[in-house]
Amino acid sequence: MPLTTQAIEIESLAKSYGRLRAVDGISFKVGTGEIFGMVGPNGAGKTTTIECLEGMRFPDGGVVRVLGLDPRKDGHELRERIGVQLQQSALPDDMKVWEALDLFASYYRKPAPWQPLLERLDITDKRNTRFAKLSGGQKQRLFIALALVNDPELVFLDELTTGLDPHARRSMWDLVRAIRERGKTVFLTTHYMEEAEHLCDRVLVIDHGHVVALDSPANLVRGLKSEIRILFTAEPGFDPAALRALPGVTRAEKNGEKVIVAGQGDRLIVVVVNALDAAGVRFRDLRTEQPDLDDVFLALTAESGLDGGSR
Amino acid sequence: MKGFWKLAWVEIKIYLRQPEAAFFTLVFPMLLLFLFGSIYGNKPNAFFGGRGMVDVSTPAYLAMIIGSTGLLSMAISVSSYREKGVLRRYRATPLRPAAMLASQIIVHFLMTLFGGVLLIASARLVYGLRFEGRPLDVLFGFTLSALSFFAAGFLLASVARTARAANILGMVLYFPNLFLSGATIPKQTFPQAVKAVSKFMPLTHVVNLLQGLWIGDPLGKHVLEVAVLAGLLLIGTAISAKAFRWE
Repeated sequence: MPLTTQAIEIESLAKSYGRLRAVDGISFKVGTGEIFGMVGPNGAGKTTTIECLEGMRFPDGGVVRVLGLDPRKDGHELRERIGVQLQQSALPDDMKVWEALDLFASYYRKPAPWQPLLERLDITDKRNTRFAKLSGGQKQRLFIALALVNDPELVFLDELTTGLDPHARRSMWDLVRAIRERGKTVFLTTHYMEEAEHLCDRVLVIDHGHVVALDSPANLVRGLKSEIRILFTAEPGFDPAALRALPGVTRAEKNGEKVIVAGQGDRLIVVVVNALDAAGVRFRDLRTEQPDLDDVFLALTAESGLDGGSR
Repeated sequence: MKGFWKLAWVEIKIYLRQPEAAFFTLVFPMLLLFLFGSIYGNKPNAFFGGRGMVDVSTPAYLAMIIGSTGLLSMAISVSSYREKGVLRRYRATPLRPAAMLASQIIVHFLMTLFGGVLLIASARLVYGLRFEGRPLDVLFGFTLSALSFFAAGFLLASVARTARAANILGMVLYFPNLFLSGATIPKQTFPQAVKAVSKFMPLTHVVNLLQGLWIGDPLGKHVLEVAVLAGLLLIGTAISAKAFRWE
């Protein structure tokens, strides 16, 4: 594969703070045009990794290439071509929204017009508002606008929807997809598995500074050998014992009117519903519970506690 | 230099939006001018070497403005930008770090100059301020003093871990300098003991230099003051360059 199709290449990245190994041998690649997500518990090394890619921090070991550049040596050129939304940053309290966009646009060789960005991020009516007077969600949207003001080839979004309401979150997802449709690459971190599942082509799970898993959300979920549960309501006389003999079924129980059938395999639902139908069982309110990325995340990062902060 | 002038312009606008920041630069020196001016007027007086109260105080008040923009405003704005993450946000763009620092210096210099011009114009219009010096020498002394105190402010922002600490450090240094340097109370009124302490205040050298140049002393008569201020500028810059942190 030619080098130019990789937006990010990272090999054995390592970074310690004193005796703490925040990132300990992480390797992965991100293709051009990909929406790539990084998830992990607090203190897993997400922010350190993303900051090494952005050239905001320098690794102790390993090789980092971003858009073919070394963030340490070519930091200035790299910052021309990437867009960055940082988790912890601010603007001067008395800077107005339009001034921030106008100012940041002036830092770049080829700035994008910023008025449409105001509209896309739904902050046009705040253009004359000072930074300190914006709500958390409005600040977040302004920072995303600033990350896009140079029409970057690669955008880093660190916790892009934290602090946004569900409506704003959905429209942010649309925005991220639109960025990708224009051939750009998006690297994001998130705490919301739902977000990673809906948005990302591939998801990197890290914990304690190591890569735990890297695959598409669907493959990650499939890889998790957890059971699918089918729940329905049947008439009082129904006996679930017959269901236990079906292929894939591991468990079938009845509690009053409620029946729970658990098992594995993509065809479990078909098998169970067909069997019920063939036996003439009248059932209502059938639904299934399938594992999602939340379960994958919890299973992969099970041993880590609630300790640690962002780093 | 891409973005530099726009940044400097935005920073000026922001500075003017903060009334509390402008107080020590613009308002306080004027208050003193009108307070002492209304009490003593500006009649020539043997006590001030045949000059008036306002003639002697105005260059001293210039020193006060320089002290406040350097030790208070510069130290506080740089350290709070760091604490809030403003410097961090700028650092993620192609803006050169030197341009970011230079914009702070330009903005503070312009504000110091603005405060000075406002003061001189008021003293001239209201009290008939007399000037016997060479304008270029005064401008040189003013600029050197301002840059030295900006370096001191940067130094404070570099060694202080938080914006609050920088604020307190700035106050602790500013007020003794303000009252013991002759920037507010004429040195001629100091008892011997206070005069002795006064020599160790950096701002005293600004007061001496500007008062001297104001009445037409040649620069050669103020080698000590120029050397002290140049030293402060060099030391402040050198230590800041080593100790300054972006986040």
